[in-house]
Amino acid sequence: MSKAVSVLNGAQYSGLAKVEDAGLQGMITLRGDLDSKALKAAVKAATGAEVPARGAITVAENGAAAWMSPDELLLLVPYEDAVAKTTEVAEALKGEHALAVNVSDARGFFRLSGEGAREVLGKVSPVDFDAAAFKPGQFRRSRLAQVAGAFWLNEDGSFYIICFRSVGEYVFKLLSTAAHPQSKVGVY
Amino acid sequence: MLILECPYCGVKAEETELAAGGEAHLKRFGPGSSDDDFHDYLFMRENPKGVHFERWRHANGCGKWFHAARCTMTLEVFGTYTAQTSEPTQEIKDKIAAKRPGWTWREFADGQK
Repeated sequence: MSKAVSVLNGAQYSGLAKVEDAGLQGMITLRGDLDSKALKAAVKAATGAEVPARGAITVAENGAAAWMSPDELLLLVPYEDAVAKTTEVAEALKGEHALAVNVSDARGFFRLSGEGAREVLGKVSPVDFDAAAFKPGQFRRSRLAQVAGAFWLNEDGSFYIICFRSVGEYVFKLLSTAAHPQSKVGVY
Repeated sequence: MLILECPYCGVKAEETELAAGGEAHLKRFGPGSSDDDFHDYLFMRENPKGVHFERWRHANGCGKWFHAARCTMTLEVFGTYTAQTSEPTQEIKDKIAAKRPGWTWREFADGQK
């Protein structure tokens, strides 16, 4: 099989914040009834994380589960395991009204870290990034300038950003431009 | 700038995150209906100065449709509510009545149960 490569193959930019391609990440879209016992068990088994509350992400050692909508989760698993885990989840939810799809290769995945991370993301997204408003563990689907994107904040103050792979280069250039060293606004 | 709270995510989303879906609570007149009803269903829309009900979609977010009640004149938002209803919820009607006593919109009006 051909060698899998992430959207920008490890590209980096340093400015107000550090923008980097976060590499290959296994992602499974799971739709179904988030209150069902079978689904909760399947999510736990696949990621080690609990089903998150509305607008949150739960992170475990080797995976995470993010709240996408009232009937949709995004499961993060190691890239190599994505295919197997998708099958596992689908098997566990047989008979339930649910659907699991491996979307790992359809996504771009970036990490934004450093002092200016909130400010850089704040320039391109209509979200309040004040420290009191956007806290670690919060997961938000929104837009990054002209394209859809999702992000969450880690305990260390860095953001992980997910977008469609087709707009990966756009998002990287967008964040890099917003992180230009001479473009500080100083809001956050 | 219009800011609506998505009833599904609880997110206070601003206009650029949303997609407008036109007038709310339309009753569809499809095959078998009279030409007049079909015409009205297709073309006749409210254009009020004041209380208005609309459909919105949280396009750059959870992707769900919801309803919003707002004032077209002041852009004041009375509230947002689920899409799984064919008329404004009582809670929304009460909220509007508190601020715009005597309001009417299509077949809905203040004081109506």
